[in-house]
Amino acid sequence: MAFTKRPDGRKFEDLRKMEAKVGVIKRADGSAWFKIGDTEAYAAVYGPRELYPRFMQNPQKGILRCHYNMMPFSGSGDRIRPGGNRRSKEISFVTMNALLPVLDLSKFSNAVVDVFIEFPQTDAGSRCAGITAAAMALADAGIPMKDLIAAVAVGRVDDKVVADLCYDEEAYEDGPVADIPLAMLPASGKMSLLQMDGEIGKEQLMQALELGKKVMKEIHVLQTKALKEKYK
Amino acid sequence: MSQLKTEDKAIAVPGEILAEGMDFLPSYGTYREGDNIISTRLGLVQLDNKVIKIIPLSGKYLPKRGDTIIGHVTEILSAGWRVELNCAWMSLLGIANGTTEYIKKGEDLSQFYAIGDYILAQITNVTKEKLIDLTMKGPGLKRLGAGRIIPVNTNKVPRIIGKGGSMVSMIKNATGCRIVVGQNGRIWLQGEPKEELIAEKTIKMIEDNAHTSGLTEKVKAHLEKETGKKIEARDNNGVHQEA
Amino acid sequence: MIKMSKALRTHILNSLDKGMRLDGRKADEIRDIKIEFDVTKNAEGSAKVTWGETEVIAGVKMGLESPYPDSPEDGNLMVNAELLPLSNPEFETGPPGIQAIEMARVIDRGIRESKSIDTKKLCLKAGEKVWSVMVDILPINDAGNLLDVGSVAAIAAIKNAKFPEVSKDFEVDYKTKSKTGIPMKQEPIEVTVYKIGEHLIVDPTIDEMKVYDARLTVAYIANGDIVAMQKAGEEAITIDVIGKMVELAHTTSEKIRAKLG
Repeated sequence: MAFTKRPDGRKFEDLRKMEAKVGVIKRADGSAWFKIGDTEAYAAVYGPRELYPRFMQNPQKGILRCHYNMMPFSGSGDRIRPGGNRRSKEISFVTMNALLPVLDLSKFSNAVVDVFIEFPQTDAGSRCAGITAAAMALADAGIPMKDLIAAVAVGRVDDKVVADLCYDEEAYEDGPVADIPLAMLPASGKMSLLQMDGEIGKEQLMQALELGKKVMKEIHVLQTKALKEKYK
Repeated sequence: MSQLKTEDKAIAVPGEILAEGMDFLPSYGTYREGDNIISTRLGLVQLDNKVIKIIPLSGKYLPKRGDTIIGHVTEILSAGWRVELNCAWMSLLGIANGTTEYIKKGEDLSQFYAIGDYILAQITNVTKEKLIDLTMKGPGLKRLGAGRIIPVNTNKVPRIIGKGGSMVSMIKNATGCRIVVGQNGRIWLQGEPKEELIAEKTIKMIEDNAHTSGLTEKVKAHLEKETGKKIEARDNNGVHQEA
Repeated sequence: MIKMSKALRTHILNSLDKGMRLDGRKADEIRDIKIEFDVTKNAEGSAKVTWGETEVIAGVKMGLESPYPDSPEDGNLMVNAELLPLSNPEFETGPPGIQAIEMARVIDRGIRESKSIDTKKLCLKAGEKVWSVMVDILPINDAGNLLDVGSVAAIAAIKNAKFPEVSKDFEVDYKTKSKTGIPMKQEPIEVTVYKIGEHLIVDPTIDEMKVYDARLTVAYIANGDIVAMQKAGEEAITIDVIGKMVELAHTTSEKIRAKLG
């Protein structure tokens, strides 16, 4: 049975419905909320602020710390035990690397910028939704940035190259699947996050990357709008 | 040919191209890449002839020499006081700069400033690694008594003070509160509880609307409504204007 | 902690002496409360409480487990609170600290001791399969009074919960909700009263929580009976003061109960 139709009826290159809002957490220095399909992310930025333990301090510039966490009731099956795990630590790490290329932390010697990303509900694409929310939150917090960062997962299901895989597509069992989380600097089209799970040929990979570039521009338009909305 | 891609007082986001071409000059909050001038901040575009700058709407306080700040005493050391400034770095008020009085060796420093006190101080030096020195020797610098401390965004402080202090004076006159504004985004208020609350709400309103025009009018109307008094607005030459 | 906030405390007391809190409220006034249900799809039940600027989400997850050997016909209830660093710059990452643990346990006791949930009704097959009801309380923005707000969120999420469908072989189908909710006999409402100097207040702001001398949490059910209590703070309090705090907690709990509907 070949893959001819997406479970939610979308075109192969379509993103799920998206919403974004900035400044949603009053106590934070910057914050944002981003929803794509049924995946929902909050991001809060605190910083620059004091950094302990001391040995982590860098006298030349500030450091960025990212914390990715799923709420216990956010997954589609069993409750998720709180406290993070190896997966969330790795995602926190790639999130940090996805955001660093655009940040100017040079005026924040010995200090830290903390980014917290939390998910009330997830349906695939959570790390990318988190990065998209985090970029808006960092801008909202006044951290100097060369550009924003937009993120989405692209990939293939069977012979079709698709954008923004949902859970059922990631779990598709009747043919090969590849899940490729991406993050991009919109102005240059350069990628700051690239991971892959599954199997894919080189030609389909290139098609997926080009599709990713195209749809991340759409996400960037939404991010820009949400940031400006705050000050209407 | 050079081309402006935005306009004065527009909101810009990081990465947004503000202008193309070498005729324009990048200033605070922008950088040049190739032919483009690009914003690094979420803020208001300010166009001054050919110079493009961004007035940030957010961002935590970065300490600068010469700034007058409201600090919170957190620790008493042998060499002075450690003072917290609502930013990422701690500051030190050394004994030598503690006060115009003479401090004897071994004297109990908490007599001058105790843990928990708020002080209006000035930054004398900030090193590259962000070690900050303060002084209390200077006109108007003093320990602030019991009062309400309001955190505000440091970028909004100029709007809260207003041209020549006109905005904060308007609030002082309307509410009868004593108001001290620190450049580090901290405001100290003292007055009757009801009046303090009106002053605080007015300050929050300025903070939320700092990027809009006609703010003085809005604030005047707000104060008149809250206090039931007629408010005078002064222009920046200090001349009275009946509103 | 109080030493750091001496100036703040003096100012709050001066204001209270004149009959007003710093945000204009009277001592017994609570901020506006908004409750939304079904705020997150994958939970079996969920609620979001916006109380002033404090925002808390609670979610219920249910799982089928073997009962404890000494209570073969009883299901399980577990209440957990995680003070997300997202919501307050003073919260740190890492395992729950004492504030989160106290909050979870006090809310848990209010529900458990009032026998709000009949754990026998959570039993599917005696000795073999019982439901475990797991409530997680997470703040999104902390503007004070997290314990009380968290307890309202927990009750609202439990009220909202529906059992997932279960097959004859006890396979849980999380994607399909049944029409059956968790039967609740009582709805305990917890109120924490704070003593600052001689004044008693409820629904404190972050600043008020930095300067209190003692606090007392009291959980009430609808008929006016008390089902949990917890005192904290460095000051010891007289029986007379306890009586006044209990009374203030009661009238406040009635206001909140009206909102819960």
